[in-house]
Amino acid sequence: MSTYQEFIQQNEDRDGVRFSWNLWPSSRLEATRLVVPVSCLFTPLKERPDLPPVQYEPVLCSRANCKAVLNPLCQVDFRAKVWACNFCFQRNPFPPSYAGISEVNQPAELMPQFSTIEYIVQRGPQTPLIFLYVVDTCLEEEDLQALKGSLQMSLSLLPPNALVGLITFGRMVQVHELSCEGIAKSYVFRGTKDLTSKQIQEMLGLMKPAATGPQGRPVAPQDAVASCRFLQPVHRVDMNLTDLLGELQRDPWPVPQGKRPLRSTGVALSVAVGLLEGTFPNTGARVMLFVGGPPTQGPGMVVGDELKTPIRSWHDIQKDNARHLKKATKFYEALANRSAANGHCIDIYACALDQTGLLEMKCLSNLTGGHIVMGDSFNTSLFTQTFQGVFSKDFNGDFRMAFGGVLEIKTSRELKVCGAIGPCVSLNSKAPCVSENEMGIGGTNQWKMCSLTPSSTLGIYLEVVNQHNAPIPQGGRGAIQFVTQYQHSNTQKRIRVTTITRNWADAQSQIQHIESSFDQEAAAVLMARLGVFRAESEEGPDVLRWLDRQLIRLCQKFGQYNKEDPTSFRLSESLSLYPQFMFHLRRSPFLQVFNNSPDESSYYRHHFTRQDLTQSLIMIQPILYSYSFHGPPEPVLLDSSSILPDRILLMDTFFQLVIYHGETIAQWQKAGYQEMPEYQNFKQLLKAPQDDANDILETRFPMPRYINTEHGGSQARFLLSKVNPSQTHNNLYAWGQVRIVHPWGRGFMGSLDSEIF
Amino acid sequence: MNVNQHTPMAPPYGQPQPGYGQPGYGQPNYAPLDGGYPAPYAPHNGPASAYHPGIPQQGPARGPPTSGPPPVQAAPQYNQHSSGDIQNGPPPVTQAPPRPPASMQYNQGGVNMSAQQPSFPQHYGPPPTMHQVTNQMTGMHISSGPPTPAGPGYAPPPSSQPPTSSHYGGTPQPSYSQSHPPASSAPSQPPPSSAPAVSQQYYPSSAPPSQQPFNSLPPTSQQRFVSPVQPQQTFPPSSSSSYSGPAPPPTHTSSAPVTQPQQPFLPPQPPFSSAPSGQPPAFTAGPPPPTQGSFPLQAPPPSSQPGSFPPPGPPPSSVASGQYPSSMPPPPQQQPPQSQPPPFHPGPPPPQSQMPPTSIGQSNHQPPGPQGPPSPTGPLQQPPLQQGMPTGYPPQHNGAFGQVRSPQPGYGGPYPGQPNYGAPAPAPQAQKRLDPDAIPSPIQVIEDDKAKTNEPFTTGVRGQAPPLVTTNFQVKDQGNASPRFVRCTAYNMPCTADMAKQSQVPLAAVIKPLATLPPDETPPYVVDHGEGGPIRCNRCKAYMCPYMQFIEGGRRFQCSFCSCVTEVPPHYFQHLDHTGKRVDCYDRPELSLGSYEFLATVDYCKNNKIPQPPAFIFLIDVSYNAVKSGLVSIICQELKSLLDHLPRENPEIDSVIRVGFVTYNKVLHFYNVKASLAQPQMLVVSDVSDMFVPLLDGFLVNVNESRQVIESLLDQIPEMFADTRETETVFGPVIQAGLEALKAADCAGKLFVFHTSLPIAEAPGKLKNREDKKLIGTDKEKSLFQPQAGFYNNLAKECVTQGCCVDLFLFPNQYVDVATLGVVPVSTGGSIYKYTYFQAQSDQERFLNDLRRDIQKPVGFDAVMRVRTSTGIRATDFYGSFFMNNTTDVELAGLDCDKAITVEFKHDDKLSEETGALMQCAVLYTSCSGQRRLRIHNMAVNCCSQLADLYRNCETDTIINFLSKYAFRGVLNNPTKAVRDTLVNQCAQILACYRKNCASPSSAGQLILPECMKLLPVYLNCVLKSDVLLPGADVSLDDRAYLRQLISCMDVAETHVFFYPRLLPLVKLESGALPVAVRDSEERLSKGGVYLLETGLHLFLWVGASVQQELLLNIFGTPSFGQIDSSMTSLPVLENPFSQRLREIIESFRAQRSRYMKLVVVKQEDRAELMFKHFLVEDKSASGGASYVDFLCHMHKEIRQLLS
Repeated sequence: MSTYQEFIQQNEDRDGVRFSWNLWPSSRLEATRLVVPVSCLFTPLKERPDLPPVQYEPVLCSRANCKAVLNPLCQVDFRAKVWACNFCFQRNPFPPSYAGISEVNQPAELMPQFSTIEYIVQRGPQTPLIFLYVVDTCLEEEDLQALKGSLQMSLSLLPPNALVGLITFGRMVQVHELSCEGIAKSYVFRGTKDLTSKQIQEMLGLMKPAATGPQGRPVAPQDAVASCRFLQPVHRVDMNLTDLLGELQRDPWPVPQGKRPLRSTGVALSVAVGLLEGTFPNTGARVMLFVGGPPTQGPGMVVGDELKTPIRSWHDIQKDNARHLKKATKFYEALANRSAANGHCIDIYACALDQTGLLEMKCLSNLTGGHIVMGDSFNTSLFTQTFQGVFSKDFNGDFRMAFGGVLEIKTSRELKVCGAIGPCVSLNSKAPCVSENEMGIGGTNQWKMCSLTPSSTLGIYLEVVNQHNAPIPQGGRGAIQFVTQYQHSNTQKRIRVTTITRNWADAQSQIQHIESSFDQEAAAVLMARLGVFRAESEEGPDVLRWLDRQLIRLCQKFGQYNKEDPTSFRLSESLSLYPQFMFHLRRSPFLQVFNNSPDESSYYRHHFTRQDLTQSLIMIQPILYSYSFHGPPEPVLLDSSSILPDRILLMDTFFQLVIYHGETIAQWQKAGYQEMPEYQNFKQLLKAPQDDANDILETRFPMPRYINTEHGGSQARFLLSKVNPSQTHNNLYAWGQVRIVHPWGRGFMGSLDSEIF
Repeated sequence: MNVNQHTPMAPPYGQPQPGYGQPGYGQPNYAPLDGGYPAPYAPHNGPASAYHPGIPQQGPARGPPTSGPPPVQAAPQYNQHSSGDIQNGPPPVTQAPPRPPASMQYNQGGVNMSAQQPSFPQHYGPPPTMHQVTNQMTGMHISSGPPTPAGPGYAPPPSSQPPTSSHYGGTPQPSYSQSHPPASSAPSQPPPSSAPAVSQQYYPSSAPPSQQPFNSLPPTSQQRFVSPVQPQQTFPPSSSSSYSGPAPPPTHTSSAPVTQPQQPFLPPQPPFSSAPSGQPPAFTAGPPPPTQGSFPLQAPPPSSQPGSFPPPGPPPSSVASGQYPSSMPPPPQQQPPQSQPPPFHPGPPPPQSQMPPTSIGQSNHQPPGPQGPPSPTGPLQQPPLQQGMPTGYPPQHNGAFGQVRSPQPGYGGPYPGQPNYGAPAPAPQAQKRLDPDAIPSPIQVIEDDKAKTNEPFTTGVRGQAPPLVTTNFQVKDQGNASPRFVRCTAYNMPCTADMAKQSQVPLAAVIKPLATLPPDETPPYVVDHGEGGPIRCNRCKAYMCPYMQFIEGGRRFQCSFCSCVTEVPPHYFQHLDHTGKRVDCYDRPELSLGSYEFLATVDYCKNNKIPQPPAFIFLIDVSYNAVKSGLVSIICQELKSLLDHLPRENPEIDSVIRVGFVTYNKVLHFYNVKASLAQPQMLVVSDVSDMFVPLLDGFLVNVNESRQVIESLLDQIPEMFADTRETETVFGPVIQAGLEALKAADCAGKLFVFHTSLPIAEAPGKLKNREDKKLIGTDKEKSLFQPQAGFYNNLAKECVTQGCCVDLFLFPNQYVDVATLGVVPVSTGGSIYKYTYFQAQSDQERFLNDLRRDIQKPVGFDAVMRVRTSTGIRATDFYGSFFMNNTTDVELAGLDCDKAITVEFKHDDKLSEETGALMQCAVLYTSCSGQRRLRIHNMAVNCCSQLADLYRNCETDTIINFLSKYAFRGVLNNPTKAVRDTLVNQCAQILACYRKNCASPSSAGQLILPECMKLLPVYLNCVLKSDVLLPGADVSLDDRAYLRQLISCMDVAETHVFFYPRLLPLVKLESGALPVAVRDSEERLSKGGVYLLETGLHLFLWVGASVQQELLLNIFGTPSFGQIDSSMTSLPVLENPFSQRLREIIESFRAQRSRYMKLVVVKQEDRAELMFKHFLVEDKSASGGASYVDFLCHMHKEIRQLLS
């Protein structure tokens, strides 16, 4: 048998699933003693170039509260043409179209290699994708020009039939009508007034009094396409829109000395959401918000327009001094929920040197699956390339985005669903498999993800509900089925079904097996997600304490040590990295707010809770590569000891990409050796990390901040702040910080050296 | 007087035949009278008989005259004068006759009735019907006209009392006595000694004296009396009978009688009527006669009288006659009358007597009719009335009555006028009414004023009334503001509040601060006092003006407003000459002129910032109606060229005014027309509940810079909305939008709103359709004039604060609630234009001309006006288009050259005759170039301790301007009827006060009008009949509200022509001069003629049904009446002098008015003629408005009530 490593890898590649435990303890009690819950990271739309979708409808279990999809785990009676649901054991006849089924003529969904299968279904009218740009005009001229350029460029990236819309805002909010000739027409809203969706639609002239269906059901999308002047096919308004963007002016209202420009982000979003709500409910749509500063007026205001009042800091928040925080957050949450309910996602592209209110606005993206991109300026490659990345295409030439995803989880009886953490909202579906014990977004077995990318990953937390003394069917297997319905970017409706199974193990007798089935990477990420999720609502120290306790309990459970002898502590190979992850996690910006603005924290957390395992790990523990003449590039410990004069270091923290030239290398470079033919090798050495960095830059979304620095350079702080300060002379401050966090300093947790740790 | 006469007449008529004839004079007559008109008379008679007692009462009441008792004395002298009543009393006969007339008509009205009541009621109770009464009244009025003279009569001409007195010492009396007597007599029972007049007359009549009274009564009373007396005696009897009948019954009988009499005695009546109507004439005549006869001098007086009340003099006589006639009907009467007249005439100098008699005679005679003598006299009299008098008397007047121009004019012709009287008389006869020609004629007054004014009017003389607004004259500013800027109701203010209260003459000034001056007059000079700003009094802050007294060698000056002494700033110091005047007095406009401007310093600016140049914002309704009617494209097309003509001070320089554009229906569309754009941008604001301006930069632009974008926009707007189906509109948010835009740009400006329909879309200021004609005439009627919601009031306030003036162009197809929509324009100094059922083809021209003018006219922004006065009076109330936050500052967001503000003054202390009363009107405004300025108008008027001076120096046109504004504001809070009554009352009081205090004693039956106010009744009637106060069935609520608001900011010239339209006969058109207008009555229209009527808002061309072909060819180029296209709005351009001249005239009319008048061709007997007839204001109106004659009678009645 292959190692668990291989098994895990294989499972991830095929199903996009990483479980914390790949053998499941058979009872609730045992499961809780394992500390790390039975859980998984699930990437619903994991790219599967080798998986051609099938063009028919899935076969569902006929039991009303089951509706599981026929899968390879089902027992099939080919003669009777019936199949037994492996979740509820209901026996179902095959539909007529399966008449020809036989052991040698099996449909794809019954083949084991199709544990993940994708159906293309014909449901409802196909609607084009919708992109609604919401653009802040209170920008510096340079920024605005760059942004305009990016937007114009993006038009060419959109599928021709996609609908686009444009809303600009500053002191006022303008909804531009795109279908008119001659005069450019726009509807203007006051930036200080919160309007209901109905008002907005009325004001935009979207209400058709006579044509309202029964119970005011929203107008059919087809009609809407024809009637909505604000969302028009790209191919039709390409020129118009390009011109329009070209003529876009900075917000003309004068900004007095000592004031911030008035920026009505809240109303702009409200209008955008209202517009889509009225015209294209339950259709894939993307609201792309570009902001260059914090909302300063109206609902959703984050900070007043007085420059002398700085935007809230963590300090203010802790002191409950952030005046607008709660109100704004509530406002944006309400918006996000509305938007999510209609299947529209909201992206935030915030480029400013100061904060832009991401803390308050983050839920917009978090709940709807939208992107958040944070940069210093729209006039940077970070933004432009990231923005292009949004429109990247897969091997089929389709956008790497999907809309309106609904993930449903079905479990076998021994398992229940506690919750999920990721870019989703609960659909509040109370199925029998829903646990009362909530972890993350719980209380449901269905979640909505308004926007998905191939890398969008949810953490799914489960609970073993088998009673301690209840027998497990020997050799019995637990099964979980993930059913993901979504709108593909080519507008097809698809359903992806992933059915996985794991063996039950008796924790008492098979603890070794269970321990070896531990996926420490997945577990670290899953625990980190839990921690981050808690951090959103709890005090930072509490979260850390909780994390610590979990770690301690885990080590107690699986560690081998002699009492009172720290040096005797040993962990098995399958757990050996886990404490290290935890160590870096504790120091990470996801849990530490020190030195990070609230916006940055929100930004980091946002990405952390949606990236797949690999990326998440990088975030937890940055990767450090070392380049030298001594050998090929090698990963080195994220430790100050790795910083050597004759090396070039490449650190990838996900958000930053740092190339650090050691002291000697830097001197050489200054001396210009790389230009000399005889030092070609030096030139190559210099180039190697850059090439690697470029590879990363090309694939990473969002684009990391690329930093090229050297020993003693000011930007070296990015590196220095991440490495384990074992030999550092100047990291006392960070230490102190940690100490403050752990005033109760306990045992080994008190020492922060990861090697010792 | 006339009234009296009339009344008498009436009674005579009514009763005369039946009753009179049968009965005898009094009782018998009465009896019959009771039946119809007679009744009135009957009463009179009754009274006569019964009355003696009753009469006395009246007598006393009226006149202290009881003194009359001294009648004896009075009789002769007093009779004529005021004492008349009592005196009359003595001479029963005389009194009787006069009274009857007056009393009769008036009595009916009221007092008389009551006075006489006892007896009368009994007798006549039934007979006197209101109508009758009124008729009589009318008659009375007329006569009254003359009486006035009587009043003056004391002094010869009413106005020129002094003169009269001088001249007339003797004569006047007679005339007075006559006039008075009549009046008094009328009220009181004629016959019995009872009251003055009647009794007198009667008695006289009964006795010789009585007769005398008649003829001579007034005039000769004394002198001629004797002679007349005898004749009179005959009369008396007759008269007494008739008179008593009429007089006593006055009210009842009179009315009835009048009519009756008229009919019966048409001939006589006419005289009577004429007499009555002509009474004035009659009076004049009366006087004249006497004058003639006994007093040439008198003649003048009479003339004066005539002016005011030509009738008076004559009236008596006429009355008598009239009465007689009526009563006379029977032969005897006739005879008497005849005899009377003759007697009178004879009595007095025959010729003269004839003259007077004529008048008298006519009335009398005619009534009596019969008699040849009278008739002859009649003619004479007629002329006298107006023409005759004038001619004959002018000189006299002049001599006697310097003041009395009007009288002169009116009477100028008196002698000749007499004929007039006669003439009028005839007409009346037919109608049983006063002779319209005999009553004061606006045309005559206007023409006389024109004729009199042939040199520039200099403003240097304090208390001098300027020529009428209808007269072309040049003004030379010599220290007081030109009448083009300021016109006062009175140029002699009463010294005390008591006097003012007693007279009830409103003390007001109509100020038109930015009035446009004719090219031959210099616009106000701009004075710059440097950085310190204009020099002002330290205490009251009055600005430097010619009234400031420099003292201490010029180092200080004393404010003539508050007496405070202020240092002269060093830079302004100048030595004084030996008269105490500054040496540089004539170099400085502010020291020598009445009107000038100061440059304001930054202290005078809002927020202490130099103002930004103003902006014009065009807000265009693009709802379905507007688009469909073609309005939108018309506006857009026109704006393209109009934008080149924005107001500017220097034609060489481009206007600095910025422009912005908004269209709207249920939502608003703003346009970004920034010069740098290739295409305009449209910004839609749907959030009308909370209006805001969506853009800043690019909304208000300089026309030249953004010309291309603007033109592109204006081209596209009609296209964009060509297919609109939106019918709902908003209104409140539209103004808010403009206001916000101005706020955002931090400037003042003007909004031009083009709106079509009731704003029913959901938005602030949404209105309900509350058109409910059922409310008209109820106490709730006032609510129709009030705005529906307070929203617009608040909005208006905000607008004013920002200096945002709103001009509203309405194009309604149905009710739009002008009362509410107009709140903001009215409060911001804007204008409302209304084009009901707008059709591009027929209304385009009018609309575009209005628009052009409105955009181009000189205008000031963000203005504050303050009127300062010298100690003793205070500006207490203001009327016009503006807003007031406190009681002194008139805030005008916009002030254009056509807006006038009427300011009312009240006493708060005694004034001194020496210093007069001063007022200074200062208007702080931002000129169209953005310069902050102060325009100052100074006005000084005299103060008088004699009421007569007040009455001699007032201006009826201005009074009417004030009264109309006062009334039109009153309808907001009071039932319309109450407002009408108030107006009538006030006028009655004004006239009664004059009668009581200034006019020479005369019969109560005489209507005596002050010379300067003799047109008050006719104009007031026009006000009362206006659509606002008395709407016809076809007048929409919107029209009323529109007119109401329109008039609130009219100047005197505009109100004048609005209330009394100009009606020109188009017969011979000579270049250079306009044909003399005719009076606004259908009777004046000749079927064979073509007339042009202008009201300032409307322009009609009336074509008679049997018009001469030549005229048709000349005007229309068609020979046939039937081929005239009555839908044409402009006349065909024909190459003949007539057509050319006519078109010139029309153009010149249009040029004179602030609004373009659409030409409407009205063919006689066409349906459209109804509308035209509405403007014939001397006739009865379809909505129930009284005719001039009727109203005059009514007025007389009111006056008599007040006097008794």
